[in-house]
Amino acid sequence: MALKKRRFDALIIGAGGAGLNAAIQLANTDARVAVVSKVFPTRSHTVAAQGGVNAALANVLPDNWHWHMFDTVKGSDYLGDQDAIEFMCREAIPTVYELEHNGVPFSRLDDGKIYQRAFGGQSQNFGGAQAARTCAAADRTGHAILHALYQQNVRARTHFFDEYFAIDLIRDDEGAILGALIMEIETGEPLLIEAKATVLATGGCGQVYRTTSNAHINTGDGTAMALRAGIPLMDMEFFQFHPTGIAGKGMLITEGVRGEGGYLVNKDGERFMERYAPNAKDLASRDVVSRAIVTEVKEGRGVGPNADHVLLKVDHLGEEIVSKRLPGIRESGRIFAGVDAVHEPLPVFPTAHYVMGGIPTDPYGRVIVPQGNGEEVVPGLYAAGECACVSVHGANRLGGNSLLDILVFGRAAGLDVIENLKENRNHRPLNESSVETAMARLTRWDQKGEGISVRALRDEFRKTMEDHAGVFRTEEIMAEGVEKLKALRDKLPDVRLSDHSKVFNTARVEALELENLVDTGIAIAYSALKRQESRGAHSRPDFPARDDANWMKHSLYFKQDDRMDYKPVRTKPLTVETFPPKERVY
Amino acid sequence: MKFLVSRYNPDSDAAPYMQEFEVEVPRGMMLRDALLDIKRQDESFSFRHSCGEGVCGSDGVNVNGTNKLACITPVSELKEPIEVRPFPGRPIIRDLVVDMTQFYQQYKAVKPWVVRNDPMPEQEILQSPQERDKLDGLYECILCGCCSTSCPSFWWNPEKFHGPQALLTAWRFLADTRDQATDERLDALEGPYKLFRCHTIMNCVEVCPKGLNPTKAIGHIKALMLKNSV
Repeated sequence: MALKKRRFDALIIGAGGAGLNAAIQLANTDARVAVVSKVFPTRSHTVAAQGGVNAALANVLPDNWHWHMFDTVKGSDYLGDQDAIEFMCREAIPTVYELEHNGVPFSRLDDGKIYQRAFGGQSQNFGGAQAARTCAAADRTGHAILHALYQQNVRARTHFFDEYFAIDLIRDDEGAILGALIMEIETGEPLLIEAKATVLATGGCGQVYRTTSNAHINTGDGTAMALRAGIPLMDMEFFQFHPTGIAGKGMLITEGVRGEGGYLVNKDGERFMERYAPNAKDLASRDVVSRAIVTEVKEGRGVGPNADHVLLKVDHLGEEIVSKRLPGIRESGRIFAGVDAVHEPLPVFPTAHYVMGGIPTDPYGRVIVPQGNGEEVVPGLYAAGECACVSVHGANRLGGNSLLDILVFGRAAGLDVIENLKENRNHRPLNESSVETAMARLTRWDQKGEGISVRALRDEFRKTMEDHAGVFRTEEIMAEGVEKLKALRDKLPDVRLSDHSKVFNTARVEALELENLVDTGIAIAYSALKRQESRGAHSRPDFPARDDANWMKHSLYFKQDDRMDYKPVRTKPLTVETFPPKERVY
Repeated sequence: MKFLVSRYNPDSDAAPYMQEFEVEVPRGMMLRDALLDIKRQDESFSFRHSCGEGVCGSDGVNVNGTNKLACITPVSELKEPIEVRPFPGRPIIRDLVVDMTQFYQQYKAVKPWVVRNDPMPEQEILQSPQERDKLDGLYECILCGCCSTSCPSFWWNPEKFHGPQALLTAWRFLADTRDQATDERLDALEGPYKLFRCHTIMNCVEVCPKGLNPTKAIGHIKALMLKNSV
């Protein structure tokens, strides 16, 4: 049977905040845009973001984008690109207003303006008093934003391919991206979408770890597709462990809890963050708080029968604040920890949460790769959101900057695609051999017979990632981990499905996701092994200091031969002075 | 514990049937965990799920006769044998996966976006905390479909009656002080079916995993219609 084909001006893969904010820009023009998502759009993981989105609106306390920029550069441990950070912090303000105009039900202040709360790593006046910069819809901000963006796309009649799984990018011999091969999950049928521009907005990859705040769907599909297309991943060693996952489960308890006045205690009831971050205390940057919790537990001050977690105290805030500002957390605490946060503290431990690294892009969302002594744009390919690396988060992302990143750069990518379409009016000729390669990735799973199960390999891979690429990383632990992970990768060809049916075969989807997890996970572990310093979320007891002389550079991991390359950090902002690297204390 | 789950693969089965599985149930196990364990035993078993914390709305199923979100339903609260079926009244695609097209169409039919005719201000449109409070209990909907697929009126007239979810959404926009399409929205709900097929059976209220109250929202719409017609 001949392969079915469709043609669009733009193809967006992923329907979270980045994909939908790119789509709405395009849908508001006369461009033909297709959004492909493996789940119905409002099931995308943006829906789970709780605390809010940063913008220097100054609705509660004095603020401006330049202070926001300083905090973000410092939070990144000076690995973020300062031009991209300036761009994001400036754009934050109109972006949040646009969201509000699009119907997002933000919480409100008495004067009718958008409610803003304090979050970790935020300051006034370049490192001064705590700022209040995070715009919130109670503790369901991501849900409120994702639904509003979906609704706007429904209004604009965006063409959605719901429950279609992206198999691989299609490219020609010059490396230009021509679209993607996708599969309709309901029928199991492949479909080729040709597009003049393709935007990867596939989100994160937290499922590479066993304990994670990420959803089942966060399997690094876009990052792995990029790797297979010969594109490197940047700064993958920087993976954020959120300090407050529900102990043993991983579900997230927003930083907004500490922003509203909650704090952490150990088994002695000691407010231990005072020792690690005398000024910011519980609102220090996430990497700092996560390491503090792990240290407390390692040194025997953990809580519970196994002394394996700490407590997050909220009960002193009173029922009114908790119900009004943190209703979702109260619900999660009840369901998953059996604790009513109004009366009892919540058991918490760091959980794998967010990948700072990703597909390298410029601030317009265009994917860039090394070429000669410089860099060049991959024709026809964009990336935005968690799967991309602009880089605004550097070695550590600040809370509230993730929703901001996906919205600002999703929008920027959508706008740049519009410009790009003016110059590229025609589809490039299709490259049949690339289509065949992509089809082979799909048909490979039709192989029958005995073999390893997807589940078994996935469980082992995720456990290995957790044990060997977690919060604290030594040469020995990581080197052993990389060998184990590569051995698991070598077993992939021996994995077999027992279910070869066509209709809504979720086992086949999980098999395709496993390949993506393996490629993305190894990028993380390998990049981590090679970086011999401690910076932001990458913490090495054997190299405890930051080493700006040798390591203030971005890493690039290539799948072919597991090769590493490096490129300089862009320290020159667009219009203001550079923030030079300083010691990072909170 | 003993589980009976509904199985159906259109390629090989003439009709859905129940299959028995034994699942070991540790403390704190959610229904989704149990379904994942069943999938571990038989990878051909299909159901939708994602976030695991009750916000994405993927894993609505019918368990022991009631629609629930699997990931936030403790197994300990369920009576053995636990019978898990797809949502009632929807075409079955496979096992627990149903076709929700009609449900989404009804949602889209109420024009679920803020309509603003005035020029947008440079900053946010102001809204007092009291005005914003009116959206609580409305905007939190996760489109899981537990309500509409437990509503007899929606079973009988899924193409004509909007169903509780879409009507809750209709009220969410009517209640938003930023929206300027009240008359058009109310006009669109006129007639014997879209709104008025609600017979206040209140299954929707009972099953909503987020504790929302579509019946009350429907009552608000009716009251506003009455007020605007005099």
